[in-house]
Amino acid sequence: MKILAIDTSNHPLSIAITDDDQLIATTTLNLTKNHSIYVMPTIEKLVAIAGWQPADLDRIVVAKGPGSYTGVRIAVTTAKTLADTLQIDLVGVSSLKVIGAHVAQLQAGRPTIVIFNARRNNVFAAGYQAQQGQMNEWLAQQHMSFEDLLQLVEERQEAVSMVGEFDAQFDEQVAQSPAHSLITRLPANYAIPSAYDLAILGRSAQPVTQLDEFVPDYLRITEAEANWQKKHPGELKQSYVREV
Amino acid sequence: MASRNLILAFESSCDETSVSVVEDGHKILSNIIATQIDSHQRFGGVVPEVASRHHIEQITRCLDEALDQANVTYDDLKAVAITYGPGLVGSLLVGVSAAKAVAWAHHLPLVPVNHMAGHIYAARFVNEFVFPQMALLVSGGHTEIVYMKDEYSFEILGETRDDAAGEAYDKIGRVLGVSYPAGKTIDEWAHAGHDTFHFPRAMEKDHNYDFSFSGLKSAFINTFHNAEQRGETLDRNDLAASFQQSVVDVLVEKTLKALQQYPVKQLILAGGVAANQGLRERLEADVTRQFPTVTLIKAPLKLCGDNAAMIGAAGEVAYRKGQRADMSLNAMPGLSF
Ligand SMILES: [Zn+2]
Repeated sequence: MKILAIDTSNHPLSIAITDDDQLIATTTLNLTKNHSIYVMPTIEKLVAIAGWQPADLDRIVVAKGPGSYTGVRIAVTTAKTLADTLQIDLVGVSSLKVIGAHVAQLQAGRPTIVIFNARRNNVFAAGYQAQQGQMNEWLAQQHMSFEDLLQLVEERQEAVSMVGEFDAQFDEQVAQSPAHSLITRLPANYAIPSAYDLAILGRSAQPVTQLDEFVPDYLRITEAEANWQKKHPGELKQSYVREV
Repeated sequence: MASRNLILAFESSCDETSVSVVEDGHKILSNIIATQIDSHQRFGGVVPEVASRHHIEQITRCLDEALDQANVTYDDLKAVAITYGPGLVGSLLVGVSAAKAVAWAHHLPLVPVNHMAGHIYAARFVNEFVFPQMALLVSGGHTEIVYMKDEYSFEILGETRDDAAGEAYDKIGRVLGVSYPAGKTIDEWAHAGHDTFHFPRAMEKDHNYDFSFSGLKSAFINTFHNAEQRGETLDRNDLAASFQQSVVDVLVEKTLKALQQYPVKQLILAGGVAANQGLRERLEADVTRQFPTVTLIKAPLKLCGDNAAMIGAAGEVAYRKGQRADMSLNAMPGLSF
């Protein structure tokens, strides 16, 4: 199965092409959030290096968020349109899992929490744990305050590894938290997603059945939407888009 | 190489997701338009992040429907045309990403199109273009007079210094309690009223072709609020008529002045606000009387708003002119001619 995997959820951009589980070629950039310039040229180059044609692809696997709204949208639009236009399978994988599943495998059963910075002391977080050859979800992906995450670790009283987009504020909060002895912060090189890992996760996953409906997992509605819903309880409609 | 001259076009610069197939640059085989207007109405204007989210919900459905309705396959296509600016960056990126994916997947040339060129070429579905030519472009985001010496050459003679005409409509609409977008309702009210308030005609006397609507907007809002404070209710039809008369006067007079200095064979009226009946009627009457040799081409009502067919029409010309983008094409929110 010839797979193209795409992740542009945050600053890094990672693209890989694999044949089943075998990596053919991959490129990871960590330059900018301006992924629009690099996604398609990188895909074009990798597929050409492999000597493939676009039509040779069997499956597209995409990191579908959470992450930067624009970044996730570029990957999902590209992936969704490629799958549609080539009439091949599309698989979406949590952007947190791309990093978390890989790191958790190296942690010998110890839960691994991945965080993306969601601003204003909030994070997108998820936890994974490798047990008896299985990857379990220790914490379902969610948008939460960093405080709440630390409290959750404290309540569970389990030693965990943490990886992701830390800033100085997060580090300080960990240091001051009663849970700090439970937390091992992994270095930044663990936080770079690899599209090869993404391809492996997506290879055996169920493809999307309603391709047109496939959208990113933002894990957060827009501020405008939240304010409107607060002022108009029960008025939310099924769809706000119509053909004219 | 496909033998038919078919362009697949994408447009997603604001709050409409649209995909179209156009033949020979002037025949619409399909023009699928998914509008988000009901969504943004809740917020009183387009919210960029909400718009981007809607675009990604619609893009592949619009693409598939456009090909289905046109009854063509990718093998029949000559090129993929895409709006890459101006517009909202997040919205543009959905269309640009999708268009690039399709172009790469099917080895098709990618043709970048300026959204404003698209608006002008909406008139190509009415008449063949003869040059030199001039266009009055009026929309929610833009108000421009554009001179075209030749096919696909664009020179801005004048543009708005503050609000676009469509923006001014929306702002005074908010004061009158008209839901976004206000243009159509104000236009209807204006037809039932008279210009009794004589709002200022901004920059009419200036020796350039630039526009300004902020003075008019302020005068309108002051008149309305002063009356409100006195406990008076002004006739909304007369208010609308007075506002519209002032906008139309400025747009038409600047255009006529430009026509005097730049003799052209055709004048094009296009853009979202070009659907305004007051503007259409007035421009028609004045141009016919003062410039009988100039043919006025009004973009069809259905194609005044944002749509991909107009991008296909412009894209067909851009394709013939050899304009191409590679896979690094990015959205250019501030793109100008
Ligand atoms: Zn427009």
